[in-house]
Amino acid sequence: MLAFINLISSWAIPLIIAFIPLFAFTRKVPVYESFIDGAKEGFDTAVQIIPHLVGMMVAISVFRASGALDFFVGWTGSFLQLLGVPSEIIPLGILRPLTGTGSLAFATDLIREHGPDSMIGRMASTIQGSTDTTLYVLTVYMGAVGIRNGRYALKVGLFSDAVGFIAAIAVCLFFFG
Amino acid sequence: MINTIWLALILIGFVFAAVSGNVEIVTTAAFEGAKTGVSVCFGLISVLVFWMGMMRIAEDSGLLKKIAKILSPLVTFLFPDVPRDHPALGYILSNMSANLLGLGNAATPMGIKAMQELQTLNPDKDVASPAMCTLLALNTASITLIPTTLIAIRMNYNSASPTDIVGTTLVATFIATVAAILADRWCRRWNLHRDRTPPMKGIPSKPSMKG
Repeated sequence: MLAFINLISSWAIPLIIAFIPLFAFTRKVPVYESFIDGAKEGFDTAVQIIPHLVGMMVAISVFRASGALDFFVGWTGSFLQLLGVPSEIIPLGILRPLTGTGSLAFATDLIREHGPDSMIGRMASTIQGSTDTTLYVLTVYMGAVGIRNGRYALKVGLFSDAVGFIAAIAVCLFFFG
Repeated sequence: MINTIWLALILIGFVFAAVSGNVEIVTTAAFEGAKTGVSVCFGLISVLVFWMGMMRIAEDSGLLKKIAKILSPLVTFLFPDVPRDHPALGYILSNMSANLLGLGNAATPMGIKAMQELQTLNPDKDVASPAMCTLLALNTASITLIPTTLIAIRMNYNSASPTDIVGTTLVATFIATVAAILADRWCRRWNLHRDRTPPMKGIPSKPSMKG
């Protein structure tokens, strides 16, 4: 299984990189010029995202550095603990939608401290793998096209993070418990 | 909602810093955050420039349309209001498959490209269209087949079987994705309903500026 996964992850991108231009070349597409056209657009998009990402990162950074994040993590933690969720894992659920690097660092720390094959280590791995940094994803995607009103997208994103978090805990308890 | 969350994050942060007697933390944190934002974007430049170049080749050659055609039943179910032969569908599919394979770096540019194509169909350029919301829902739920980063971290800490979380991740990600799609559908219907409901007699649907 591991060998197979390693094989896929090392071959997937090289194959795509080789296949797309080759396919296009056989269809008589001027591949290099096409590439440059698209690449220019990629640069413009990256620049357009800057204000959105700076805005979001400033707010999250202030919230985090002030100690407010720790406070809310501790507060909701003691609440969720009543429902039988291991308290060590709860901050991860709260960090996850806000910061990708922050939650990855936290998950890594849990894996290091409790061991990768412990229940908490497995839960942390599953949570990290099955949820995403909703605030970042929304900022980047909507920022890239200049959407100001995301309608219900944020609600749906946060809801699916919550479901993913609960599902990950339940599934781990079921499989490894 | 994003306005409220943004303001709340800053204000709550300010109050906490003020109460703990370190108001100056707000200043450092704000500039640190701004720096992070720019450096993340700079990190994205190379990825976006490269993959959007590749995706343009795929589009010009008709490859994206071909992929979209093969998987059209799935996408027409998820995106009923996008025309079947629209290039957006090809990008949506490439975004989904890159997510499935855990190719995070490649998934973002394709998702952005899909958003840009959906924007061409969007009547109100400031407000996300229902199709955009569905795409965002799929991306925030992050359908993953192989959580490569986590497997690598587990190997790093000498796990006896680094991949034994593939199964649990698959189940959890599946549940989260189904929940996201259902929630999206529910909101979409609710939104349509609200937009179409005529204002009740005598009660203006929006507060009027005229006296």
